[in-house]
Amino acid sequence: MIEVKNVTLEYGTSEGKVLAVDNASFSAKESEFLCLVGPSGCGKTTLLNMIAGFFPPTQGEIRVHGQAVNGQGLDRGIVFQDFAQLFPWRTALGNVAFGLEMKGVAKSERERIALEQLRLVKLEKFAGSFPHHLSGGMQQRVAIARALAYNPGVLLMDEPFAALDALTRDEMQRLLAEVWRATRKTVIYVTHNVAEAVYLADRVIVMTPHPGRIRAEVPVRLPRPRDPLSVEFLEHQKMLLRHLTQKEEGPS
Amino acid sequence: MKSRAASILRAAFPFAVVAALWEIAAHSGAFPPRLFPALEAVAATLASLTASGVLPHHAADTVFRLVAGFAVAAFAGVLLGIVMGRYRRAEDLLMPLVSIGAPIPGLAYAPLFLLWFGLGDTGSIVLVAFVSAFPVILNSWTGVKAVKEIWIRAAQTMGADERRLFRHVILPGALPYILTGLRLGLAQAWRILVAVEMLAAVPWGLGWLIFGAREFLNTDAMLAGIAVIGAIGLALEKLVFQRLENYTVVRWGMMAS
Ligand SMILES: Nc1ncnc2c1ncn2[C@@H]1O[C@H](COP(=O)(O)OP(=O)(O)OP(=O)(O)O)[C@@H](O)[C@H]1O
Ligand SMILES: [Mg+2]
Repeated sequence: MIEVKNVTLEYGTSEGKVLAVDNASFSAKESEFLCLVGPSGCGKTTLLNMIAGFFPPTQGEIRVHGQAVNGQGLDRGIVFQDFAQLFPWRTALGNVAFGLEMKGVAKSERERIALEQLRLVKLEKFAGSFPHHLSGGMQQRVAIARALAYNPGVLLMDEPFAALDALTRDEMQRLLAEVWRATRKTVIYVTHNVAEAVYLADRVIVMTPHPGRIRAEVPVRLPRPRDPLSVEFLEHQKMLLRHLTQKEEGPS
Repeated sequence: MKSRAASILRAAFPFAVVAALWEIAAHSGAFPPRLFPALEAVAATLASLTASGVLPHHAADTVFRLVAGFAVAAFAGVLLGIVMGRYRRAEDLLMPLVSIGAPIPGLAYAPLFLLWFGLGDTGSIVLVAFVSAFPVILNSWTGVKAVKEIWIRAAQTMGADERRLFRHVILPGALPYILTGLRLGLAQAWRILVAVEMLAAVPWGLGWLIFGAREFLNTDAMLAGIAVIGAIGLALEKLVFQRLENYTVVRWGMMAS
Protein backbone atom coordinates (compact mmCIF):
# COMPACT_ATOMS: atom_id res chain seq x y z
CA MET A 1 0.00 0.00 0.00
CA ILE A 2 1.41 3.32 -1.08
CA GLU A 3 -0.28 6.68 -0.60
CA VAL A 4 1.00 9.89 -2.13
CA LYS A 5 -0.96 12.84 -0.73
CA ASN A 6 -0.72 16.38 -2.10
CA VAL A 7 2.98 16.04 -2.72
CA THR A 8 4.89 19.06 -3.98
CA LEU A 9 8.60 19.32 -4.56
CA GLU A 10 10.70 22.39 -5.27
CA TYR A 11 14.38 22.06 -6.10
CA GLY A 12 16.50 24.92 -4.87
CA THR A 13 18.99 25.86 -7.59
CA SER A 14 21.35 28.77 -8.04
CA GLU A 15 18.81 30.37 -10.40
CA GLY A 16 16.05 30.10 -7.83
CA LYS A 17 13.37 27.53 -7.14
CA VAL A 18 12.27 24.93 -9.67
CA LEU A 19 8.84 23.42 -9.14
CA ALA A 20 9.28 19.77 -10.19
CA VAL A 21 6.14 18.14 -8.77
CA ASP A 22 2.98 20.11 -8.14
CA ASN A 23 0.41 18.77 -5.71
CA ALA A 24 0.40 15.14 -6.85
CA SER A 25 -1.89 12.60 -5.21
CA PHE A 26 -2.39 8.94 -6.03
CA SER A 27 -2.23 5.59 -4.33
CA ALA A 28 -1.32 2.02 -5.14
CA LYS A 29 -3.09 -0.98 -3.66
CA GLU A 30 -1.33 -4.05 -2.33
CA SER A 31 0.12 -6.08 -5.24
CA GLU A 32 -0.94 -3.50 -7.77
CA PHE A 33 1.22 -2.71 -10.78
CA LEU A 34 1.11 1.05 -11.23
CA CYS A 35 2.72 2.88 -14.13
CA LEU A 36 3.69 6.53 -13.98
CA VAL A 37 3.70 8.02 -17.47
CA GLY A 38 4.62 11.52 -18.53
CA PRO A 39 6.83 13.52 -20.87
CA SER A 40 10.49 13.98 -20.14
CA GLY A 41 11.21 16.38 -17.29
CA CYS A 42 7.73 16.18 -15.77
CA GLY A 43 8.99 14.96 -12.41
CA LYS A 44 8.57 11.18 -12.57
CA THR A 45 12.02 10.44 -11.22
CA THR A 46 11.58 13.09 -8.57
CA LEU A 47 8.35 11.48 -7.38
CA LEU A 48 9.85 8.00 -7.34
CA ASN A 49 12.92 9.18 -5.45
CA MET A 50 10.69 10.68 -2.78
CA ILE A 51 8.82 7.41 -2.42
CA ALA A 52 12.22 5.70 -2.16
CA GLY A 53 13.05 8.16 0.62
CA PHE A 54 16.09 9.81 -0.93
CA PHE A 55 14.67 13.21 -0.01
CA PRO A 56 11.40 14.42 1.57
CA PRO A 57 8.66 16.33 -0.28
CA THR A 58 8.53 20.09 0.18
CA GLN A 59 4.85 19.70 0.99
CA GLY A 60 2.52 16.77 1.38
CA GLU A 61 3.00 13.27 2.64
CA ILE A 62 3.97 9.82 1.43
CA ARG A 63 2.99 6.65 3.27
CA VAL A 64 4.09 3.10 2.59
CA HIS A 65 2.15 0.37 4.40
CA GLY A 66 0.57 3.07 6.53
CA GLN A 67 3.90 4.45 7.72
CA ALA A 68 5.13 7.89 6.74
CA VAL A 69 8.28 7.59 4.62
CA ASN A 70 11.37 8.84 6.41
CA GLY A 71 14.53 7.93 4.53
CA GLN A 72 15.33 4.71 2.75
CA GLY A 73 14.07 1.40 4.01
CA LEU A 74 14.21 -2.31 3.37
CA ASP A 75 10.45 -2.31 2.73
CA ARG A 76 11.20 -0.83 -0.73
CA GLY A 77 13.41 -2.15 -3.49
CA ILE A 78 14.57 0.12 -6.27
CA VAL A 79 15.78 -0.40 -9.83
CA PHE A 80 17.29 2.54 -11.72
CA GLN A 81 17.61 3.19 -15.44
CA ASP A 82 21.41 3.38 -15.26
CA PHE A 83 23.16 0.05 -15.93
CA ALA A 84 25.97 1.28 -13.67
CA GLN A 85 23.79 0.68 -10.61
CA LEU A 86 25.34 -2.76 -10.03
CA PHE A 87 28.52 -2.92 -7.95
CA PRO A 88 31.28 -3.78 -10.46
CA TRP A 89 33.37 -5.43 -7.71
CA ARG A 90 30.72 -8.00 -6.92
CA THR A 91 29.59 -10.92 -9.03
CA ALA A 92 25.95 -11.14 -10.08
CA LEU A 93 25.39 -13.39 -7.05
CA GLY A 94 27.29 -11.01 -4.76
CA ASN A 95 25.19 -8.09 -5.99
CA VAL A 96 21.92 -9.92 -5.43
CA ALA A 97 23.04 -11.06 -1.97
CA PHE A 98 24.00 -7.53 -0.87
CA GLY A 99 20.75 -6.62 0.88
CA LEU A 100 20.63 -9.94 2.68
CA GLU A 101 24.22 -9.47 3.78
CA MET A 102 23.32 -6.07 5.25
CA LYS A 103 20.42 -7.73 7.01
CA GLY A 104 22.84 -10.19 8.61
CA VAL A 105 21.62 -13.34 6.83
CA ALA A 106 24.20 -16.16 6.98
CA LYS A 107 26.35 -16.68 3.89
CA SER A 108 25.03 -20.04 2.73
CA GLU A 109 21.46 -18.94 3.25
CA ARG A 110 21.82 -15.65 1.42
CA GLU A 111 23.57 -17.34 -1.49
CA ARG A 112 20.77 -19.85 -1.72
CA ILE A 113 18.18 -17.06 -1.81
CA ALA A 114 20.24 -14.99 -4.25
CA LEU A 115 20.55 -17.93 -6.61
CA GLU A 116 16.80 -18.44 -6.42
CA GLN A 117 16.28 -14.79 -7.38
CA LEU A 118 18.69 -15.13 -10.28
CA ARG A 119 16.75 -18.15 -11.44
CA LEU A 120 13.61 -16.00 -11.39
CA VAL A 121 15.21 -13.62 -13.90
CA LYS A 122 16.76 -16.56 -15.78
CA LEU A 123 20.36 -15.74 -14.98
CA GLU A 124 21.39 -18.55 -12.62
CA LYS A 125 24.07 -19.57 -15.10
CA PHE A 126 25.74 -16.19 -14.72
CA ALA A 127 25.82 -16.13 -10.92
CA GLY A 128 29.63 -15.99 -10.91
CA SER A 129 29.99 -13.32 -13.61
CA PHE A 130 31.05 -9.77 -12.91
CA PRO A 131 28.66 -7.08 -14.23
CA HIS A 132 31.00 -5.84 -16.95
CA HIS A 133 30.76 -9.24 -18.60
CA LEU A 134 26.95 -9.02 -18.79
CA SER A 135 24.90 -7.26 -21.44
CA GLY A 136 22.78 -4.25 -20.51
CA GLY A 137 19.61 -6.35 -20.40
CA MET A 138 21.27 -8.93 -18.20
CA GLN A 139 22.57 -6.25 -15.86
CA GLN A 140 19.06 -4.86 -15.47
CA ARG A 141 17.76 -8.34 -14.70
CA VAL A 142 20.42 -8.71 -12.00
CA ALA A 143 19.32 -5.32 -10.65
CA ILE A 144 15.72 -6.56 -10.47
CA ALA A 145 16.82 -9.74 -8.69
CA ARG A 146 18.88 -7.64 -6.31
CA ALA A 147 15.93 -5.41 -5.46
CA LEU A 148 13.71 -8.43 -4.84
CA ALA A 149 16.18 -10.56 -2.89
CA TYR A 150 15.58 -9.07 0.55
CA ASN A 151 11.86 -9.38 -0.06
CA PRO A 152 10.59 -5.80 0.10
CA GLY A 153 6.83 -5.33 -0.25
CA VAL A 154 7.28 -2.57 -2.82
CA LEU A 155 9.34 -2.43 -5.99
CA LEU A 156 10.15 1.00 -7.43
CA MET A 157 11.41 1.06 -11.01
CA ASP A 158 12.64 4.10 -12.90
CA GLU A 159 12.63 3.39 -16.65
CA PRO A 160 14.69 0.24 -16.12
CA PHE A 161 14.54 -0.78 -19.78
CA ALA A 162 14.64 2.63 -21.48
CA ALA A 163 18.28 2.31 -22.52
CA LEU A 164 17.82 -1.14 -24.10
CA ASP A 165 17.19 -1.92 -27.75
CA ALA A 166 13.56 -2.54 -28.72
CA LEU A 167 13.88 -6.31 -29.03
CA THR A 168 15.53 -6.76 -25.67
CA ARG A 169 13.04 -4.36 -24.13
CA ASP A 170 10.09 -6.50 -25.27
CA GLU A 171 11.75 -9.55 -23.80
CA MET A 172 12.41 -7.74 -20.51
CA GLN A 173 8.80 -6.60 -20.30
CA ARG A 174 7.59 -10.18 -20.70
CA LEU A 175 10.02 -11.34 -18.06
CA LEU A 176 9.00 -8.58 -15.66
CA ALA A 177 5.32 -9.44 -16.10
CA GLU A 178 6.19 -13.02 -15.18
CA VAL A 179 8.27 -12.00 -12.19
CA TRP A 180 5.46 -9.79 -10.97
CA ARG A 181 2.96 -12.65 -11.30
CA ALA A 182 5.26 -14.88 -9.28
CA THR A 183 6.09 -12.36 -6.54
CA ARG A 184 3.00 -10.16 -6.35
CA LYS A 185 4.90 -7.06 -5.27
CA THR A 186 3.36 -3.63 -5.29
CA VAL A 187 5.14 -1.99 -8.21
CA ILE A 188 5.50 1.64 -9.20
CA TYR A 189 7.01 1.73 -12.64
CA VAL A 190 8.10 4.94 -14.33
CA THR A 191 8.17 5.12 -18.11
CA HIS A 192 7.43 7.45 -20.95
CA ASN A 193 6.64 4.58 -23.26
CA VAL A 194 2.87 4.24 -23.59
CA ALA A 195 2.90 0.70 -24.99
CA GLU A 196 5.07 -0.44 -22.11
CA ALA A 197 2.60 1.03 -19.63
CA VAL A 198 -0.36 -0.72 -21.25
CA TYR A 199 1.53 -3.99 -21.39
CA LEU A 200 2.52 -3.96 -17.72
CA ALA A 201 0.11 -1.89 -15.65
CA ASP A 202 -3.07 -2.48 -13.71
CA ARG A 203 -3.46 1.26 -13.69
CA VAL A 204 -1.64 4.11 -15.41
CA ILE A 205 -1.12 7.53 -13.86
CA VAL A 206 -0.64 10.18 -16.53
CA MET A 207 1.30 13.31 -15.63
CA THR A 208 1.30 16.74 -17.25
CA PRO A 209 4.47 18.31 -18.67
CA HIS A 210 6.67 20.25 -16.30
CA PRO A 211 5.78 21.10 -13.56
CA GLY A 212 4.32 17.65 -13.01
CA ARG A 213 0.71 17.33 -11.96
CA ILE A 214 -1.51 14.27 -12.15
CA ARG A 215 -3.64 14.57 -15.27
CA ALA A 216 -5.51 11.26 -15.42
CA GLU A 217 -5.71 7.76 -14.05
CA VAL A 218 -6.39 5.06 -16.60
CA PRO A 219 -7.18 1.52 -15.47
CA VAL A 220 -6.05 -1.27 -17.79
CA ARG A 221 -8.38 -4.23 -17.35
CA LEU A 222 -7.00 -6.52 -20.01
CA PRO A 223 -6.31 -10.18 -19.33
CA ARG A 224 -2.66 -11.23 -19.02
CA PRO A 225 -0.48 -12.07 -20.82
CA ARG A 226 -1.41 -9.13 -22.98
CA ASP A 227 -1.29 -9.04 -26.74
CA PRO A 228 0.20 -5.74 -27.93
CA LEU A 229 -1.47 -6.22 -31.31
CA SER A 230 -5.01 -6.69 -30.04
CA VAL A 231 -7.60 -4.02 -30.71
CA GLU A 232 -8.20 -3.39 -27.00
CA PHE A 233 -4.49 -2.93 -26.39
CA LEU A 234 -4.22 -0.37 -29.16
CA GLU A 235 -7.29 1.44 -27.88
CA HIS A 236 -5.73 1.81 -24.45
CA GLN A 237 -2.59 3.05 -26.06
CA LYS A 238 -4.52 5.63 -28.05
CA MET A 239 -6.36 6.82 -24.98
CA LEU A 240 -3.12 7.28 -23.04
CA LEU A 241 -1.57 9.14 -25.95
CA ARG A 242 -4.58 11.44 -26.08
CA HIS A 243 -4.14 12.24 -22.39
CA LEU A 244 -0.45 12.83 -22.86
CA THR A 245 -0.69 15.15 -25.84
CA GLN A 246 -3.76 17.03 -24.68
CA LYS A 247 -3.21 20.75 -24.02
CA GLU A 248 -3.78 22.23 -20.57
CA GLU A 249 -6.72 21.49 -18.31
CA GLY A 250 -8.58 18.47 -19.53
CA PRO A 251 -10.72 16.25 -17.31
CA SER A 252 -8.71 14.74 -14.47
CA MET B 1 53.43 -19.46 -24.66
CA LYS B 2 54.74 -18.16 -27.96
CA SER B 3 53.07 -14.80 -27.51
CA ARG B 4 54.44 -14.56 -23.97
CA ALA B 5 57.99 -15.03 -25.26
CA ALA B 6 57.27 -12.48 -27.96
CA SER B 7 56.04 -9.94 -25.47
CA ILE B 8 59.12 -10.43 -23.29
CA LEU B 9 61.29 -9.90 -26.35
CA ARG B 10 59.36 -6.80 -27.25
CA ALA B 11 59.80 -5.40 -23.74
CA ALA B 12 63.53 -6.20 -23.73
CA PHE B 13 64.25 -4.68 -27.12
CA PRO B 14 64.72 -1.03 -26.11
CA PHE B 15 67.09 -2.09 -23.32
CA ALA B 16 69.10 -4.16 -25.78
CA VAL B 17 69.44 -1.13 -28.06
CA VAL B 18 70.62 1.13 -25.24
CA ALA B 19 73.04 -1.57 -24.02
CA ALA B 20 74.49 -1.97 -27.51
CA LEU B 21 75.00 1.80 -27.90
CA TRP B 22 76.56 1.92 -24.43
CA GLU B 23 79.01 -0.84 -25.30
CA ILE B 24 80.01 0.86 -28.54
CA ALA B 25 80.66 4.11 -26.66
CA ALA B 26 82.53 2.40 -23.82
CA HIS B 27 84.81 0.44 -26.12
CA SER B 28 85.41 3.28 -28.59
CA GLY B 29 88.11 4.71 -26.35
CA ALA B 30 86.55 8.17 -26.50
CA PHE B 31 85.93 8.23 -22.73
CA PRO B 32 88.14 7.16 -19.83
CA PRO B 33 86.95 3.71 -18.68
CA ARG B 34 86.93 4.85 -15.04
CA LEU B 35 84.19 7.33 -15.86
CA PHE B 36 82.41 5.28 -18.50
CA PRO B 37 82.81 1.59 -17.66
CA ALA B 38 81.77 -1.14 -20.05
CA LEU B 39 78.72 -3.18 -19.06
CA GLU B 40 80.81 -6.29 -18.38
CA ALA B 41 82.81 -4.29 -15.81
CA VAL B 42 79.56 -3.14 -14.16
CA ALA B 43 78.27 -6.72 -14.18
CA ALA B 44 81.51 -7.97 -12.63
CA THR B 45 81.27 -5.35 -9.86
CA LEU B 46 77.63 -6.22 -9.35
CA ALA B 47 78.57 -9.89 -9.00
CA SER B 48 81.46 -9.35 -6.63
CA LEU B 49 79.56 -6.84 -4.46
CA THR B 50 76.70 -9.32 -4.28
CA ALA B 51 78.95 -12.26 -3.46
CA SER B 52 80.69 -10.30 -0.69
CA GLY B 53 77.31 -9.47 0.84
CA VAL B 54 77.91 -5.73 0.63
CA LEU B 55 75.30 -4.98 -2.00
CA PRO B 56 72.59 -7.17 -0.39
CA HIS B 57 73.22 -5.34 2.89
CA HIS B 58 72.83 -1.94 1.21
CA ALA B 59 69.72 -3.10 -0.61
CA ALA B 60 68.16 -4.69 2.47
CA ASP B 61 68.55 -1.51 4.52
CA THR B 62 67.07 0.62 1.76
CA VAL B 63 64.14 -1.73 1.24
CA PHE B 64 63.51 -1.79 4.98
CA ARG B 65 63.31 2.03 5.14
CA LEU B 66 61.22 2.12 2.00
CA VAL B 67 58.70 -0.42 3.24
CA ALA B 68 58.53 1.02 6.75
CA GLY B 69 58.02 4.58 5.56
CA PHE B 70 55.70 3.74 2.71
CA ALA B 71 53.53 1.42 4.82
CA VAL B 72 52.80 4.30 7.19
CA ALA B 73 52.12 6.62 4.23
CA ALA B 74 49.81 4.11 2.56
CA PHE B 75 47.75 3.43 5.66
CA ALA B 76 47.49 7.00 6.88
CA GLY B 77 47.14 8.42 3.37
CA VAL B 78 44.25 6.18 2.33
CA LEU B 79 42.49 6.79 5.62
CA LEU B 80 42.91 10.57 5.49
CA GLY B 81 42.00 10.76 1.80
CA ILE B 82 38.81 8.78 2.28
CA VAL B 83 37.76 10.73 5.35
CA MET B 84 38.42 14.00 3.52
CA GLY B 85 36.47 12.78 0.52
CA ARG B 86 33.50 11.75 2.59
CA TYR B 87 33.25 14.43 5.26
CA ARG B 88 33.03 18.08 4.40
CA ARG B 89 34.46 19.17 7.76
CA ALA B 90 37.59 17.08 7.34
CA GLU B 91 37.99 18.34 3.79
CA ASP B 92 37.68 21.99 4.82
CA LEU B 93 40.21 21.46 7.58
CA LEU B 94 42.82 19.36 5.81
CA MET B 95 42.61 20.18 2.12
CA PRO B 96 44.34 23.58 2.36
CA LEU B 97 47.23 22.00 4.28
CA VAL B 98 47.56 19.11 1.85
CA SER B 99 47.42 21.31 -1.23
CA ILE B 100 50.18 23.55 0.12
CA GLY B 101 52.34 20.67 1.31
CA ALA B 102 52.06 18.46 -1.77
CA PRO B 103 53.91 20.54 -4.37
CA ILE B 104 56.89 21.31 -2.08
CA PRO B 105 59.81 19.09 -3.17
CA GLY B 106 60.32 16.36 -0.59
CA LEU B 107 64.00 17.10 -0.23
CA ALA B 108 63.20 20.58 1.09
CA TYR B 109 61.79 18.98 4.24
CA ALA B 110 64.86 16.78 4.70
CA PRO B 111 67.12 18.99 6.85
CA LEU B 112 64.24 19.79 9.19
CA PHE B 113 63.25 16.16 9.61
CA LEU B 114 66.84 15.06 10.13
CA LEU B 115 67.20 17.68 12.85
CA TRP B 116 63.96 16.70 14.52
CA PHE B 117 64.19 12.94 14.24
CA GLY B 118 67.91 12.48 13.99
CA LEU B 119 70.20 11.16 11.31
CA GLY B 120 69.85 7.52 10.34
CA ASP B 121 66.80 5.31 10.14
CA THR B 122 64.21 7.27 12.13
CA GLY B 123 64.70 10.55 10.34
CA SER B 124 64.67 9.02 6.88
CA ILE B 125 61.69 6.74 7.55
CA VAL B 126 59.60 9.59 8.94
CA LEU B 127 60.54 11.76 5.96
CA VAL B 128 59.64 9.01 3.48
CA ALA B 129 56.31 8.47 5.20
CA PHE B 130 55.50 12.17 5.23
CA VAL B 131 56.48 12.94 1.66
CA SER B 132 54.95 9.87 0.02
CA ALA B 133 51.64 10.30 1.85
CA PHE B 134 50.65 13.31 -0.29
CA PRO B 135 49.86 11.55 -3.57
CA VAL B 136 48.11 8.78 -1.64
CA ILE B 137 45.90 11.29 0.16
CA LEU B 138 45.05 13.29 -2.96
CA ASN B 139 44.24 10.26 -5.10
CA SER B 140 42.17 8.55 -2.39
CA TRP B 141 40.23 11.78 -2.01
CA THR B 142 39.62 11.94 -5.77
CA GLY B 143 38.60 8.27 -5.68
CA VAL B 144 35.91 8.92 -3.08
CA LYS B 145 34.59 11.80 -5.18
CA ALA B 146 34.43 9.45 -8.17
CA VAL B 147 32.31 6.85 -6.35
CA LYS B 148 28.98 6.85 -8.19
CA GLU B 149 26.06 8.32 -6.29
CA ILE B 150 23.90 5.51 -7.64
CA TRP B 151 26.02 2.87 -5.82
CA ILE B 152 25.62 4.76 -2.57
CA ARG B 153 21.87 5.10 -3.07
CA ALA B 154 21.51 1.43 -3.94
CA ALA B 155 23.54 0.36 -0.90
CA GLN B 156 21.66 2.65 1.47
CA THR B 157 18.34 1.42 0.14
CA MET B 158 19.51 -2.10 0.94
CA GLY B 159 20.22 -1.10 4.52
CA ALA B 160 23.96 -0.35 4.51
CA ASP B 161 24.97 1.82 7.46
CA GLU B 162 27.89 4.25 7.26
CA ARG B 163 30.50 1.70 8.36
CA ARG B 164 29.44 -0.91 5.84
CA LEU B 165 29.04 1.73 3.17
CA PHE B 166 32.74 2.49 3.68
CA ARG B 167 33.84 -1.10 3.50
CA HIS B 168 31.52 -2.44 0.82
CA VAL B 169 31.02 0.54 -1.47
CA ILE B 170 33.36 3.48 -0.97
CA LEU B 171 36.58 1.52 -0.56
CA PRO B 172 36.10 -0.75 -3.61
CA GLY B 173 34.52 2.08 -5.59
CA ALA B 174 37.53 4.32 -4.99
CA LEU B 175 40.06 1.54 -5.47
CA PRO B 176 41.20 2.44 -9.02
CA TYR B 177 42.30 5.86 -7.77
CA ILE B 178 43.66 4.52 -4.50
CA LEU B 179 45.92 2.13 -6.39
CA THR B 180 47.12 4.95 -8.63
CA GLY B 181 47.85 7.01 -5.53
CA LEU B 182 49.81 4.16 -3.97
CA ARG B 183 51.87 3.78 -7.14
CA LEU B 184 52.68 7.47 -7.25
CA GLY B 185 53.38 7.44 -3.52
CA LEU B 186 55.83 4.58 -3.87
CA ALA B 187 57.68 6.36 -6.67
CA GLN B 188 57.84 9.43 -4.45
CA ALA B 189 59.12 7.30 -1.57
CA TRP B 190 61.95 5.95 -3.75
CA ARG B 191 63.03 9.38 -4.88
CA ILE B 192 63.13 10.89 -1.43
CA LEU B 193 64.71 7.84 0.20
CA VAL B 194 67.65 7.56 -2.18
CA ALA B 195 68.25 11.29 -1.87
CA VAL B 196 68.04 11.36 1.90
CA GLU B 197 70.35 8.40 2.26
CA MET B 198 72.99 10.58 0.69
CA LEU B 199 72.40 13.22 3.38
CA ALA B 200 71.46 11.27 6.44
CA ALA B 201 74.88 9.77 7.05
CA VAL B 202 73.49 6.26 7.15
CA PRO B 203 76.20 3.57 7.06
CA TRP B 204 74.22 1.37 4.67
CA GLY B 205 71.74 1.98 1.86
CA LEU B 206 71.76 2.13 -1.93
CA GLY B 207 71.66 5.93 -1.94
CA TRP B 208 74.70 5.96 0.28
CA LEU B 209 76.46 3.35 -1.87
CA ILE B 210 76.01 5.50 -4.96
CA PHE B 211 76.97 8.72 -3.23
CA GLY B 212 79.96 7.22 -1.43
CA ALA B 213 81.28 5.61 -4.62
CA ARG B 214 81.80 9.06 -6.10
CA GLU B 215 84.75 9.76 -3.85
CA PHE B 216 86.76 6.92 -5.36
CA LEU B 217 85.47 7.35 -8.90
CA ASN B 218 83.80 3.95 -8.60
CA THR B 219 81.41 4.52 -11.46
CA ASP B 220 80.87 0.78 -11.85
CA ALA B 221 79.57 0.61 -8.27
CA MET B 222 77.34 3.62 -8.93
CA LEU B 223 75.87 1.95 -11.97
CA ALA B 224 75.47 -1.32 -10.07
CA GLY B 225 73.55 0.59 -7.37
CA ILE B 226 71.34 2.25 -9.96
CA ALA B 227 70.67 -1.11 -11.60
CA VAL B 228 69.58 -2.61 -8.28
CA ILE B 229 67.21 0.31 -7.64
CA GLY B 230 65.70 -0.23 -11.07
CA ALA B 231 65.36 -3.97 -10.48
CA ILE B 232 63.64 -3.54 -7.11
CA GLY B 233 61.30 -0.95 -8.58
CA LEU B 234 60.42 -3.25 -11.46
CA ALA B 235 59.81 -6.17 -9.10
CA LEU B 236 57.48 -4.10 -6.93
CA GLU B 237 55.58 -2.94 -9.99
CA LYS B 238 55.21 -6.38 -11.55
CA LEU B 239 54.84 -8.54 -8.47
CA VAL B 240 52.82 -6.25 -6.25
CA PHE B 241 50.98 -3.54 -8.14
CA GLN B 242 50.12 -5.31 -11.36
CA ARG B 243 48.97 -8.40 -9.50
CA LEU B 244 46.89 -6.36 -7.12
CA GLU B 245 45.34 -4.52 -10.05
CA ASN B 246 44.69 -7.62 -12.12
CA TYR B 247 43.06 -9.28 -9.16
CA THR B 248 40.81 -6.31 -8.39
CA VAL B 249 40.03 -3.35 -10.62
CA VAL B 250 40.98 -5.05 -13.89
CA ARG B 251 38.95 -8.13 -13.05
CA TRP B 252 36.01 -5.89 -12.19
CA GLY B 253 36.25 -3.97 -15.45
CA MET B 254 36.93 -0.71 -13.63
CA MET B 255 40.32 -0.29 -15.30
CA ALA B 256 41.77 -1.56 -18.56
CA SER B 257 44.69 -3.96 -18.17
N1 LIG C 1 18.70 17.94 -8.62
C1 LIG C 1 17.94 18.81 -9.31
N2 LIG C 1 18.09 20.12 -9.13
C2 LIG C 1 17.31 20.99 -9.80
N3 LIG C 1 16.35 20.66 -10.67
C3 LIG C 1 16.15 19.36 -10.89
C4 LIG C 1 16.94 18.35 -10.23
N4 LIG C 1 16.51 17.14 -10.65
C5 LIG C 1 15.54 17.37 -11.53
N5 LIG C 1 15.30 18.69 -11.68
C6 LIG C 1 14.27 19.31 -12.53
O1 LIG C 1 13.03 18.83 -12.10
C7 LIG C 1 12.20 18.51 -13.18
C8 LIG C 1 11.77 17.06 -13.09
O2 LIG C 1 12.89 16.21 -13.24
P1 LIG C 1 12.77 14.63 -13.23
O3 LIG C 1 14.14 14.09 -13.37
O4 LIG C 1 12.01 14.19 -12.05
O5 LIG C 1 11.94 14.35 -14.57
P2 LIG C 1 11.55 12.97 -15.27
O6 LIG C 1 10.08 13.00 -15.45
O7 LIG C 1 12.12 11.84 -14.54
O8 LIG C 1 12.24 13.13 -16.68
P3 LIG C 1 12.87 12.00 -17.63
O9 LIG C 1 11.73 11.31 -18.30
O10 LIG C 1 13.68 12.78 -18.61
O11 LIG C 1 13.70 11.09 -16.78
C9 LIG C 1 13.01 18.81 -14.43
O12 LIG C 1 12.59 20.07 -14.91
C10 LIG C 1 14.41 18.88 -13.97
O13 LIG C 1 15.14 19.81 -14.71
MG1 LIG D 1 13.61 10.31 -15.00
